[in-house]
Amino acid sequence: MERTTELSPSPPAPPAEGTANMQRFFIALLGLAVLFYLLWLGFDFLKTTTAPQIVIALFAIVWGVGGVALLFTLANVLVESLSNKWRDRIQPYVFVGPAVFFLGVFLFVPALQTLWQSFFDASSTNFIGLDNFSAVFTNRLMQQAFVNNLIWLVVGTGLCVIFGLLIAVLADRSRFESVAKAMIFLPMAISFVGAGVIWRFIYAYAPPTDPQIGVLNAIVVSFGGQPQAWLTESPWNTLFLIVVLVWIQTGFAMVIFSAALKGVPGELLEAARLDGASEIQSFFRVIIPYIQGTIITVMTTIAIFTLKIFDVVIVMTGGQYDSNVIATQFYREFFSNRNFGYGSAIAIVLFIAVLPVMYYNLRQLRKQEGF
Amino acid sequence: MAVAQPTIGTQARVAQSNPRRRIRWGNIIVNVALLLICVVWTIPTLGLLISSFRTREDILTTGWWTIVPHQDFVTASQLTITPGNQLTGPVDVNGVSVTDDQLRAGLVLPNGQQLVWANRRSGLVNIQEKQIVSNANFSFDNYSSVLTGQQYTYTAPDGTTTVDQGSDMGSAFLNTLVVAIPATVIPILMAAFAAHAFAWMRFPGRRILFGIVVALLVVPIQVALIPVLLDFNALHINGTFLAIWLAHTGFGLPLATYLLYNYISQLPRDLFESAYIDGASPFTVFTRLVLPLSTPALASFAIFQFLWVWNDYLVALIFIGATPGRQVLTMKLADIVGSRGQDWHLLTAGAFVSMIIPLVVFFSLQRFFVRGLLAGSVKG
Repeated sequence: MERTTELSPSPPAPPAEGTANMQRFFIALLGLAVLFYLLWLGFDFLKTTTAPQIVIALFAIVWGVGGVALLFTLANVLVESLSNKWRDRIQPYVFVGPAVFFLGVFLFVPALQTLWQSFFDASSTNFIGLDNFSAVFTNRLMQQAFVNNLIWLVVGTGLCVIFGLLIAVLADRSRFESVAKAMIFLPMAISFVGAGVIWRFIYAYAPPTDPQIGVLNAIVVSFGGQPQAWLTESPWNTLFLIVVLVWIQTGFAMVIFSAALKGVPGELLEAARLDGASEIQSFFRVIIPYIQGTIITVMTTIAIFTLKIFDVVIVMTGGQYDSNVIATQFYREFFSNRNFGYGSAIAIVLFIAVLPVMYYNLRQLRKQEGF
Repeated sequence: MAVAQPTIGTQARVAQSNPRRRIRWGNIIVNVALLLICVVWTIPTLGLLISSFRTREDILTTGWWTIVPHQDFVTASQLTITPGNQLTGPVDVNGVSVTDDQLRAGLVLPNGQQLVWANRRSGLVNIQEKQIVSNANFSFDNYSSVLTGQQYTYTAPDGTTTVDQGSDMGSAFLNTLVVAIPATVIPILMAAFAAHAFAWMRFPGRRILFGIVVALLVVPIQVALIPVLLDFNALHINGTFLAIWLAHTGFGLPLATYLLYNYISQLPRDLFESAYIDGASPFTVFTRLVLPLSTPALASFAIFQFLWVWNDYLVALIFIGATPGRQVLTMKLADIVGSRGQDWHLLTAGAFVSMIIPLVVFFSLQRFFVRGLLAGSVKG
């Protein structure tokens, strides 16, 4: 939290007088009307145009970003031309309004709609109560998905945290800390689809008579083993998919742990050492308890991530060979089978799974000052 | 790092009891372990990068690690015998009696030569000798077929040539930029305004609205996808860039608002008071003071959201879907995996094309990115 910028006094606003204010009010109102009309024209253009892609791209960026910026500016000019009393009442809503509107339209209301949908059948016309939910919990593929997701949750989260902590501790003692951390952290920048390609290549399988082009099978063969089709044998394939998650998310855990380790007071470690604690003892008895809060935060973040895991599975196995998870089943029910009610029920189950974390976050918020 | 060499023998016992020396050994173990982990972590990306410059034939017949010079059998000459599937017993090749199975696995002769099928069906046998080889034959051809969709020709081991279509990732690259830039800037703008209001303005509904923001932080987007898609269908904007910007804006707002709130609420109170005394309006204070002062937080979230949108697959899959000409990189890449999963020359180059911008952003702005991560999770 370093703030070095000099405090520059803002120019005093012009004295707010009656007629000038009225003028500003109407100009802003007119401006807003024109802006809405222009935005509408742009929207229509974007919907129908056949212009070259680069033109569309530039236009779209200017239209979208510029439109929002102008909208905020004009709305504020409008509000600030009102009397002080009304300005103070309305302005906060001009500030939070757009964000709240979007949250409502894209998350809050849809979540309620999905809950409602989950009580209806495939055509979303007939109310069938909890039938979708009992189907979710009895369907063989869904049960498979739950088991797999549980493996993702436990093994994936566990490995990320263990590796993250291990690397953070090692890096903390090395002269090559920043280089090593950057290398471990790098996969965070790669998409799961890209990572899926990378790891499919690692796991590539060729018949024993052919040369192996996948690193893993090449290693197995060079030790005299038989090449394996790693991604098609359940339940091991889920573990091989989890490796991809670990490869990507360990960097995240490491960065956070690394910052937390730097916060462990040196006197504490020194005291432990004087009391005759070994390195390992002071790690488990001093460091781990000290950064416990951070460990829990990282664990919940990655755990939520594993619950929603989708891209890796879809790209690497397509959810076949019994590697399906909740999110891939959701996608299949909704987009392949067009079963809206059942798909909604799966989404709600996913939602229920994260409720404890949501509750915990809200409780933390209530403890904060100001709320 | 370097351990003193000449005196090890005589001072071994002293070294053991010398704490300094012990720490040095500890250091070496730490660095070796770290090096090992780093190598394991880097190999996957390295293999992809190297393979993307190799020819289709090379990728399919040899591992990417064989670019390092090594000893291997190289075909010296060929001869034609009875095709393998018509062989009933051992056959005589150059005075040696071999079976079909031996030719399949490759038979090493006492003189160091190896006999192996070149093409079993047409009865072509390779006579190979050991040589130092390196399969380092690099070109940008894969990139041009994957970016422009141009055709490429390849020769199968049996001599037939095939012409195949590349993939049109160049336009997908542009599409991804068009999706990612507004989908990064718009939510940040909205979230900054909202965060400022939550932090520094008092209004009815503030607590409950911010509570909703925090609650929505962990909501899986799957919960919202179906209704939002139906709304977009009703508005006839499904498959447009507008649709995916709006979706990313909505889904990115909770984290954006929360992160920026954490930062903006920590700004010193006197700052605002002196500005208001000078007669500045809240809008002026926000644009002239708060936004410039929040640059670090804005930058970290911008990087975060940009990478998120660039790498997103699910949201694009649902809101762009099969609309022609609008596909983003992740969709194109997933398409190649699905339809031509063994075309590694396209997949490796394509994957690298999709990674290049995130890697550049990551390496140039790593500091901001890490700071954003810390703000986002340590406080949560």
